[in-house]
This record gives sequence, structure tokens and C-alpha cells, in this order.
Amino acid sequence: MKKKNPIQAFFASVKLTLFVLFMLAILSIIGTVVPQNKPAEFYVEVYGANMAGLFQTLDVPDMYSSWWFTGLLILLSLNMIVCILERFPNAWRLMTMDNLQTKLQKLERMGQRRLFSSDMSPSKTTEAMKDIFARKGWKFQQKSQDDGTLLFAQKGTWSRLGVYAFHASILIIFVGAMIGSFWGYKAGVRIAETTTTDTVYEFGTQKPIKLDFMVKCKRFTLTYYETGMPKEFRSDLAIIENGKEVLTKSIVVNDPLSYKGLTFYQSSYEAYQKLLVTLKNNETGVSKEFLIPPGEEIPWTEEKVSFGVINKQMTATPGHFRYKVWFNDNNGEAASMWMEEDSTSSLQRPQATYTITLKEFFATGLQVTKDPGVWCVYFGCTLMILSLVVAFFFSHRRIWVHVSESGQGSRILISGSANKNKVGFDTTFAALTESIQENEQIEAASGHAKESS
Amino acid sequence: MNSSQLLGVSTLGFLLASMLYIGALIFRAKTVSLVASILTLLTFLVLTGGIGLRWYESYQMGFGHAPLSNMYESLVFFAWSIVIFYLVLEFKFKNRILGAFAIPFAFVSMAYASFAKGINQEIAPLIPALQSNWLIAHVMTCFIGYAAFAVACGLGIMYLLKRDGKKEKTTGLIGTLPALKIIDDLIHKTIIFGFLWLSVGIITGAIWANSAWGTYWSWDPKETWSLITWFVYAATLHARFTRGWTGKRIAWLAIIGFVSVIFTYFGVNFLLAGLHSYGSS
Ligand code: HEM
Repeated sequence: MKKKNPIQAFFASVKLTLFVLFMLAILSIIGTVVPQNKPAEFYVEVYGANMAGLFQTLDVPDMYSSWWFTGLLILLSLNMIVCILERFPNAWRLMTMDNLQTKLQKLERMGQRRLFSSDMSPSKTTEAMKDIFARKGWKFQQKSQDDGTLLFAQKGTWSRLGVYAFHASILIIFVGAMIGSFWGYKAGVRIAETTTTDTVYEFGTQKPIKLDFMVKCKRFTLTYYETGMPKEFRSDLAIIENGKEVLTKSIVVNDPLSYKGLTFYQSSYEAYQKLLVTLKNNETGVSKEFLIPPGEEIPWTEEKVSFGVINKQMTATPGHFRYKVWFNDNNGEAASMWMEEDSTSSLQRPQATYTITLKEFFATGLQVTKDPGVWCVYFGCTLMILSLVVAFFFSHRRIWVHVSESGQGSRILISGSANKNKVGFDTTFAALTESIQENEQIEAASGHAKESS
Repeated sequence: MNSSQLLGVSTLGFLLASMLYIGALIFRAKTVSLVASILTLLTFLVLTGGIGLRWYESYQMGFGHAPLSNMYESLVFFAWSIVIFYLVLEFKFKNRILGAFAIPFAFVSMAYASFAKGINQEIAPLIPALQSNWLIAHVMTCFIGYAAFAVACGLGIMYLLKRDGKKEKTTGLIGTLPALKIIDDLIHKTIIFGFLWLSVGIITGAIWANSAWGTYWSWDPKETWSLITWFVYAATLHARFTRGWTGKRIAWLAIIGFVSVIFTYFGVNFLLAGLHSYGSS
């Protein structure tokens, strides 16, 4: 073998891999013990000024993006790339080589081998062998070689790729993460019900980011379990482009809305001391939405109506209220009635019937993520699992059968090898060679090939 | 009958089975170990019934969800995974002595779930962030992996007991353990199995985080510790595949790896959370 230059040897060494893996494992602990990304004063308060100074120098408060942690990840990647490049050609050769070129000498020395003799002529024996092996799923190629016929069959050839695909998958995930950190962002926005926005605010910096479409929060609903625990946060969102609604979706935690590379997640909400009331005159069909503070008289001038919410009470469900609505349209006496939060009632008046909808007024808090690398990460993850299965549970198994003339009959040498799971292959090989003896004209021969197997 | 009674019976069953397995090991009594196996299998069925019943009860209460949503339920599932993994191993390798090194883990997990302070056994509805099928996949895959690692740790202990300096102890109590070569091979196979499931567990966890919060990885202590565990086992596999480490060193790594698993699960919840709350108060 060629002598490697020392730099290449360093990066190709699996000792380095072990070192980096253990270092990553140990150093990662720091960030789980020292809280991350807190304001500078926090570290001074908890760890004292000296320690805090040391932490800042070593980037401990943000260690997973520090130069030294990133450096270790780069070292790991280089290590992996060099290793793959160095070993892959040999694996490829083993996958694509012509195994019918294998010399008899080599077969005689293979780890798994057995010798048989047969009363049949070499050509008949060859056919018999092909038959027996075909039944077990081994399809032979054949060639004349070394004064006889060489048969070869293999299984799981492509499984040699598994371990390379696995290491590549780690690199693919890294690439995806990098795409995300260079070209993506995370932002937040609060949108009050019925309003629209086109600007979100980047996390950390609070820098405004203008979107090329508008997002509307049509409605936000909060539901509770009987115990008073929140059950669901739901925002009915709409995407508006050029004044038209192009997409609507009702999002909840774990079911976000994606549009043009951005994803909107339900992340928080804010309750205002205000109520959202919709009034509709059922006779004329006219309706209007009002955002009102409790305790004030609100005019609906077009309809000559005034109304207000004059009282509030907790219902049997914790966190759930009912409201007393007052209504006057100057026809007969003013009316008032209790309405549950988020409900609709109709009100009979001398001149008309009105439909009243009342709900608490919320703003929904959305997280907005742009991550153009996420598909790459997911691709890497899928590849990782598939390739792990291949690398762990499949192996490249090869079987050669050499048939040559011997006295009245034939001599049969069966050899095999597997790149992994040798114990499993030994069992397979033993079963295969057992089944050969079902043919009465073939029997185990005592010969030099058998002793050491 | 309700699910908590069944789960209570299972805890007792595993205690008894552990004692029988250990007794069988000490007194080299084949019949005792057979009884232990039968008891383990029966207890496993009761436990499965208990988990199923708890699932059903949650639907009866009007907010049905798979019983994998909190510390208590995951510990019970952990015990369940250890036992099924062990039973398959016992069946496959026809060796009951392993039981003494595996079933006690299942008992400890059940007992801890039932008796430790601060573990809530109520069936509770799910908060919005936990309402996800990815979460179910995440918890299940992680715990199957953890179960394998628990068994690997038991095997590692067994290996170290059997080892006598450079030789193999063949006499006395320890002499009845399987040959070192066999234990070594089992440790390796078990770690491979666990590693695969842990990988799937970390990935499904990342997908869940991404669908709930828009971030597939945020280096929070729990995530980081699961990655540390993954690094430890990756290093173990490399040491073996490429540097030919076997025996004692791999046995130690199987134990260290499981310590990391335990820390991912308990340490992060109790120790680090405590640390953090000190820090901020
Ligand atoms: C996070 C980092 C890594 C993980 C999790 C990992 C995982 C694995 C696993 C599971 C195997 C066993 C596959 C098998 O042969 O059946 C393996 C094998 C191997 N890994 Fe890694 N690996 C990592 C990094 C690296 C790096 C940086 C290198 C570069 C030196 C490397 C080199 C190898 C080699 C040479 C093998 C043996 C391949 C063979 O059997 O032909 N690994 N790795």
C-alpha cells in the first residue's frame, strides 16, 4: 500500500473519530448544566464575576455555536469525509468485481469451505448444484476455470453501501442545518383577531421582516378541559395576496400553516379586556363587527341601535365566563340577557330580530419560521434510518462452487464468505451444504479442504 | 378492576420474578428459573392488560390518548419494553440466567413509577403541545432503545462478574453464566438494536419539535443528553467495529452508556431542572 501523508493519515484515523465522539459527548454536558443564552448579568449573579468572565471568553453561554464546538463538528465531518473517500473505492471494487475470476487456490483457503464428491459427470453435477442452490434463492453465474467449472452467486451486494450512506446521512443533516442557519430565520408576530399584518419580528434582534403577502387572524379560540386545563389553542388564519384570500387554515399547536417557504406555528395568545361582538339585523341582513370594552354604551349609528356589555361572571367551567349584554333600539324597552362566551343568540325586537355573537377578544401569537434546509435534514434522517438498517442487518454474502472431474465422477468444492455477521453466515452455509447431501449421488468427501472448516 | 390494580400486581410480579431468577442463579436450580420465566410471562400479560386498560380508561374519561404522556406512563412502558425485549432474548438464546440481570430493571422501573415522590399517577388530559402522533412514536421508539440498553447494561455487569483477570471464571456460582464470548456477542447485538431505535427516537422527537414549535433542534438539556447517549454508543460501536475492542472495555461502555440513558431520563428532569430553578430564583 502507498504510504499516506501524515495529514491524510490524521484525518483518516478512526482513533480521531473515537476522540471526537467522546469529546463531543463530554463537552456537550457543559451546556446542559450551565443555562444557555441568558443575559450576561445572570452568569455574574449565579457564578460570580470571575467565573462569568471566563465563561464569556470561552463562549460558554452560547456553547453550541461557539468556535470550539463548531470546530469539533467540522473535525468530525472532515474525519468522516476523508474516511469515506479512502475506503469507498475498495468497497465499490468488492461490489462490482468479477468473482468468476477468483482462483481455485483462493477458494481452497477460504474461511468457509467444504468438499464433496459426486458419482455424476461434471456437467451433470454442475446442473444438480445449480438446481439445489436455486431453490434456496442463490442464482449462479458460471465460467470454465482451473480445469473445471466455477459457479458464483452473491446476496446483499449493495448492503456494502449502507455504512457509507449512514455517514453521508450525518453530513447531509449538517448541510441541511447550515442551509437553515444561513438562509432561514425565526420570527414572531402577534395578530389581533380580525386584523391583518405583513410584518413579523425576528427573534432576538426584533428586527422587522416584511413578508410579500398578508396574514389575517380571523378568529382565535381557546378551549378548556373540564378540569380547567387548556385543551386547544386555535387560530383561523388566512393568507391574503393582492387583496384576495388565497389560503385559509385553522392552525393548532402541532399543526402549522405553511405558505411560500414560511411556516406559521401557534405559539401563544393574549387576552385583551375587550369583547368582539357581531350584530346582525335579520330583516335587512346588515351586520357589523364591534370591538368593545366592557361597561360602555356603544352606538351602531346606521341602525340606530346602542348596546354594551354590562356584567361578567365565571361559569361552572374554570376560566370560562358569561357576559350580560344590554341592547336598545329605541323601540320598546331596552333588553338585556346573559350570553356565554363564544356564543350566538337572537333577540326579538318589535321592529326586527337581531343576531348577536359575542366572544372574548384575543390576539394570537405566532412563530414564523423560514427554514429552507428542513427538507434536507429530513432527507438525511430518512437516509440515516434506512442505511442503519442495511448496515446492521444485511451483509454481503458470496458463494463459489467449483466442479471438476475426479475419477469416475466429480469433485465439488464449495466456499463462501460474508463481510459481516459471520456467525449467521456460518449457519446459512452449514444448512446449504447439508441440503446438498439430499442428492444421493453427492456425498461429503474427506479431503484437505474440509479439515479446518 | 382498574388499570392501577393491574399495574400494582405487575410490580409485585416482577419483584417475585426477579427474586426467583436471582435465586435460580445462586442455587443453580433449573426448575426455579423455569417458574421465574413463566411468572415473568404471566406478569407481562397482566402489565400489557393494565396498559391497555389505562388507555381505555382515558377514553372513558373523555380525553383518550395513548398511555405514554407523562413520567409515570413512560416508566411503565419502559418496564414493558425491557420485559418483552428480555423474553425475546430468552426465547432466542434459550438462556434463563440473563433474567437475573434484566428483570430487576423492569421491577425497579415499575416500583419507582409507583412509589417515588413527585410522580403523578393520574390519567390526565393532554396539553396542546403533547397532542401529536409524532410524540407517541418518539416515546415508543426511545423506550424500546432504552430497554435494549438496560439489558446491555445487565449483560455488561454479567460479563464483568464472570471475568477473572485475564481468565474466565468457570467454577462456583459465576461459572454457570454463559461463556464470555457469548455474553460479549450479545452485548454487541443488543447495543446495535438499541442504537437503531435511539436514532429513530431522536429523529421522531426532532420532527415532533418541528411540528409543535418550528425548531427541530434547540439544544435543550433533554435533547442534548439524548445526543450524548447517542455519541457514547456510536463511539462504542466504532471502538468495536474498527478498533476491535471487545470484552471488558465494551462491557464497561455498555454500563456507562446506560448511566447516560438514566441521566437523560431522570437527571435532566430532577437534577438539572433543580439546578436551573436555583439559578433563576
Ligand atoms: C456521529 C458520528 C458517527 C457515527 C454515529 C457513526 C456510526 C457508525 C456506525 C453505526 C458504524 C457501524 C456500521 C457497520 O459497519 O455495520 C460505523 C462504522 C464506521 N465508521 Fe462511523 N460514525 C460516525 C462518525 C464516523 C467518522 C467521523 C468516521 C471517520 C473516521 C467514521 C468511520 C467509520 C468506519 C471506518 C466504520 C467501519 C466501516 C466498515 O465496517 O467498513 N465514522 N460508524
